[in-house]
Amino acid sequence: MDEIQIKGISNFSKYTALLSELVRKNIKIKYRNSILGVLWSLLDPLFRMIVLTIVFSALFHRVANYPVYYLTGQLAYSLFASGSSQAMKSLVSSSGIWKSIYVPKYLYPLASVLSNFVTFILSLLVLFAIMFVTGTEFTVYIIFASLPILVLLVMTFGVGLIIGTLNIFFRDMEHLYSVFTLLLMYALPIFYPADILPAQFRFIQTYNPLYYIVVCLRDCFLYGKLYSPIDIIIPAIAAVILLGIGIAMLKRYQDKFILYV
Amino acid sequence: MSKDTVIEVNNVSMEFNLSEEKTDNLKEFVIKFIKREIRFQSFWALNNVSLRINKGDKVGFVGLNGAGKSTLLKIISGVLKPTKGTVKVNGSLAPLLALGAGFDPNYSGRENIYLNGATLGHSRADMDKKFEDIVSFAEIEDFIDVPVKNYSSGMKSRLAFSIATSINPDILILDEVLSVGDMSFQRKCRDRMDTLMSDASMLFVSHSVGQVRNLCDKAIWLHKGSIIAAGEVNEICDQYEAYVKNL
Repeated sequence: MDEIQIKGISNFSKYTALLSELVRKNIKIKYRNSILGVLWSLLDPLFRMIVLTIVFSALFHRVANYPVYYLTGQLAYSLFASGSSQAMKSLVSSSGIWKSIYVPKYLYPLASVLSNFVTFILSLLVLFAIMFVTGTEFTVYIIFASLPILVLLVMTFGVGLIIGTLNIFFRDMEHLYSVFTLLLMYALPIFYPADILPAQFRFIQTYNPLYYIVVCLRDCFLYGKLYSPIDIIIPAIAAVILLGIGIAMLKRYQDKFILYV
Repeated sequence: MSKDTVIEVNNVSMEFNLSEEKTDNLKEFVIKFIKREIRFQSFWALNNVSLRINKGDKVGFVGLNGAGKSTLLKIISGVLKPTKGTVKVNGSLAPLLALGAGFDPNYSGRENIYLNGATLGHSRADMDKKFEDIVSFAEIEDFIDVPVKNYSSGMKSRLAFSIATSINPDILILDEVLSVGDMSFQRKCRDRMDTLMSDASMLFVSHSVGQVRNLCDKAIWLHKGSIIAAGEVNEICDQYEAYVKNL
């Protein structure tokens, strides 16, 4: 038994084919039977941005370049929210496979996060187009956005593993988490300026690692400057801790999964 | 472990906690926890089972429902961890434990061949080489681009068997997946086992004793989690059928 499992970990190369196959599948299935297909990855953030700009740009007129402000926040949030919630569901929905064939279970959440990353990359095209249209300056700092994005991916995978493991035992997680992501959306300054929060509620932002990611991304894309070190170090530490907890929980409980699904 | 042995099962026992499995939502868990009702209701699906399977052995498992056949195959496949005992597997496995388990229902047959191949550890390039052979053996040429959810159970099992055998595994595990195939397909399976899979080992579970006799050389009779008898296939099947007749 141990031999099989050790083989599974050391033989990651054996499973890279499966990982890429799963990422491909997630993207294909998402857009199957839709006429515009993968174009929806571009249209979805574009339509959201148009709606939100119409509704809120007059209200928050002091936000310079509202479309780009909104998109940078929204893209980071949706990568996290849909990545982690799909990762959570993937462990239950792939049960038919891991109940009959030994495969490392982390592959399914990982594939969910990576397929969301692919759609995120596509929606960056929309961001660039809007930046071009609104006359935002393209600076070298856009390249530095890759670091907060990497941190965001690690965080998403870590959270996906944690709630995915819980979801095996308590299927309530799916419902709880959709409420949580809604709350998270309003807690983040995605469509409103960060400083409208009264001082006594500032902790909602300062204790939220995702807030710093959004700040970093806006610095790179919108304000054309490098983020301050503290804004990247805080979410990076949070991401590593979350990933550590996620891996530990999966390792501790994965042999019991088959009894609960 | 000698080099001819591909599977070695040593004193394996499997315990399930029947009350634990009933709780799958938070509310019930909290209520039970407060009432201290999370007690242990134990059920031993396997008791101290040991067996050794050599290279090339075709072994059939017979026994009534609940004898522990599928549990044993799951433990050998590595998806279930035994409560006690060890399992050593020497070689690559291709388990067919449930009908169409490795398939995505929304994916076409073509896409599922690559997906299932990858699940068994084979790259796209590997599967490209075997693609024609898999499709023609499974006899699904006309349906290759149809989603698998529209396949009949016979088509699904033909495709799954075809994929699992074409990747040349050292050990093939079949749990009730051939029962939905018709007579001509079962004959083809037998031929394929004799030619392509002649060096490979096979573990086979079926409620049809006829199929076990037809496909296997050896048989193991399980009853309530223990091995009652093991040996040459016809001998064991005769004993088992005699027992079933007297029930």
